Amino acid sequence: MKGAQILIELLKREGVEVIFGYPGGAVIDIYDVIYETPEIHHILVRHEQGAAHAADGYARSTGKVGVCMATSGPGATNLVTGLATAYMDSIPIVAITGQVGTPLIGKDSFQEADITGITMPITKHNFLVTRVEDLAFIVREAFYIASSGRPGPVVIDIPKDVQQKTTEFVYPEKIKIPGYKPTYRGHVKQITLAAAAIMEAERPLLYVGGGVITSGASAQLLELAEKTDIPVVHTMMGKGTFPESHPLSLGMLGMHGTYWANKAVMNCDLLIAVGARFDDRVTGKVDTFAPKAKIIHIDIDPAEIGKNVKSDIPIVGDARLVLGELVKRVERKTHPQWREEIETFKRAYSPPYKESPKLLPHHVITLIYEKTHGENTILVTDVGQHQMWAAQMYRCEKPRTWVSSGGLGTMGYGLPASIGVQIGNPDKRVILISGDGSIFMKIQEMVTAVNYGLPLKIFVMNNSYLGMVRQWQGCLYKKRYSCTRLHNPDLAVVARAFGAEGLTVKTQAELEQAIDKALAIQDRPVLVDCHVAEEENVLPFVPPGKSLEEMILE
Amino acid sequence: MQHIISVLVENKPRVLARVASLFARRGYNIESLAVGPTQDPQISRITLVVHGNEDILEQITKQLYKLIEVIKVGDFTNTSYVDRELALIKVNAPAAVRSEVAQIAEIFRARIVDVEEKSLTVEVTGTPDKIDALEQLLRKYGIIEMTRTGRIALARGSKSL
Ligand SMILES: Cc1ncc(C[n+]2csc(CCOP(=O)(O)OP(=O)(O)O)c2C)c(N)n1
Ligand SMILES: [Mg+2]
Repeated sequence: MKGAQILIELLKREGVEVIFGYPGGAVIDIYDVIYETPEIHHILVRHEQGAAHAADGYARSTGKVGVCMATSGPGATNLVTGLATAYMDSIPIVAITGQVGTPLIGKDSFQEADITGITMPITKHNFLVTRVEDLAFIVREAFYIASSGRPGPVVIDIPKDVQQKTTEFVYPEKIKIPGYKPTYRGHVKQITLAAAAIMEAERPLLYVGGGVITSGASAQLLELAEKTDIPVVHTMMGKGTFPESHPLSLGMLGMHGTYWANKAVMNCDLLIAVGARFDDRVTGKVDTFAPKAKIIHIDIDPAEIGKNVKSDIPIVGDARLVLGELVKRVERKTHPQWREEIETFKRAYSPPYKESPKLLPHHVITLIYEKTHGENTILVTDVGQHQMWAAQMYRCEKPRTWVSSGGLGTMGYGLPASIGVQIGNPDKRVILISGDGSIFMKIQEMVTAVNYGLPLKIFVMNNSYLGMVRQWQGCLYKKRYSCTRLHNPDLAVVARAFGAEGLTVKTQAELEQAIDKALAIQDRPVLVDCHVAEEENVLPFVPPGKSLEEMILE
Repeated sequence: MQHIISVLVENKPRVLARVASLFARRGYNIESLAVGPTQDPQISRITLVVHGNEDILEQITKQLYKLIEVIKVGDFTNTSYVDRELALIKVNAPAAVRSEVAQIAEIFRARIVDVEEKSLTVEVTGTPDKIDALEQLLRKYGIIEMTRTGRIALARGSKSL
């Protein structure tokens, strides 16, 4: 079999149904095999970054490994932002890149780029295949590494001659990676200590992140929280881990977290971190974070333990297994006093949802939520103020219903990620909340969405600003709005030019009809250009480097 | 505090680049790095000398373990080990001082490995302190050039990493 055929055979055996990609000279042999492989659906994007984000959105929403493909040189380098995005959020992707033929490597050959060198710090691992005999092993290892332990993106760089050479195909039944053995089961002694700490605590708090989603630990989390009456705060990545309508849910913590979530962190006596990594956007000034609390830190990645915050009871393991064990070792208990204290935090502050004749982002997001209640819906966002508003106001009840770039904060992620989400979930409603800055970063993927008839519902919070940066300039740089004003074309017209539906909403009165219309269209994407108030701020706001106590509230 | 850490890695292309890139990216300083084969042709050993407190060392170790091709990481601090470094020092040695230089080398059990009309090259093995001391003494004759390998180390006794 030729290398290219071996690759596709392996992908089939890994259960790959979709590849997001873009062809070129160095992958033409692979595309030649794809031509005769009906089992694998290839989605042609319009920029390789879109392929990586689409594979990422597919992976986040389905839990499967996302696959993307690009040619050598510029094709491969265009994947970079997508890989870095997936790496920061621990998303399993296998990226296949073509490479110049092995005799040409290192000679600055046409369309040569050292993609394994370039992606070393932004992938979990990468491979340059130098012999066709190694290919089958490498593909299997790549999928295993991408999806196991703490997941992440893996690049397989395949030179053109390796794709063309033939060898006998033997499916590698076993793979052996001597240095890679993720720890899934938590240490029993540590779990017992954690159980004791939970039983002793008077003001315990669960702080949960994306790891809970990766591990599929939501049921165990709910069981633990309810059995021991522990309130839950989640990170942005942790949206959907714990039902936000649940009385124990305090919403998101951190820079734009709820007042009461942050107050609870500052006042708890036990903080149980699960699949969360004490990111600076969450902790604020890190040495002031959860000052009164003993810390239990559950994570599958040992390197996260003690990286940003010292923990008293570290537990390395898979959240689902560890929480499962923990639940067995705790007794039922309640914390009426602590719950009451939290109620006083809630009463002390209500978000500045001021009445205004103008159309506010709040109106749009709240009405979208009211119209859908998140049912059968996956919400995707771009990056900026609109993302934070969506995180604050759109409630998620189930895992894998919130898809957003957290760690890297990649503007432009939203549209291509939505494509991946819709391809992976043809029966679900996919809503994208974007901004007028973000949408233009990958607007060309409207072509892809139209070509494949994807009924994406795209709501652009058009504030004519790079709003989040403007907010910082407003609060921290004396309102010197340097280079953040945007002069945009008419977005509805842009959408229509692509073959999508384009709607414009300028007033509160027009909103409901537009949302209804957008939700009703099933055969093509709809973009709703929402002209929202220009200078709204996301609140609360913990200025960077400040303690969670120093929230700006209005 | 100084730590000598030993890293067993799969003998594959780019492993060294991965280790070096990790240190650069995470802001850890490497004082020296030596790499070479082990008794198993599939495994290489990288010996690193790094500075840092316990917390940093713990992070370094964990981050190294995250590299797929890293098999084992050991810190020799607080253990019993032998460590050696090798240096080649080319020093000015015109006839007038030649025997003096040779004598100094002798005291350090350094070997003269190359002789030329105006210079000598000595090879010395030992702990970094010993090499530093020899270097110090040879300085006054004028060191033309020198190179050091970086430290390598093994645990004492029959234990292995
Ligand atoms: C690729 C990229 N470039 C720059 C930034 C920095 N940045 C963060 S938010 C933001 C503004 C986003 O503007 P928009 O999409 O209009 O959203 P808004 O904040 O106005 O809701 C910028 C420029 C980024 N996160 N990503
Ligand atoms: Mg904007």
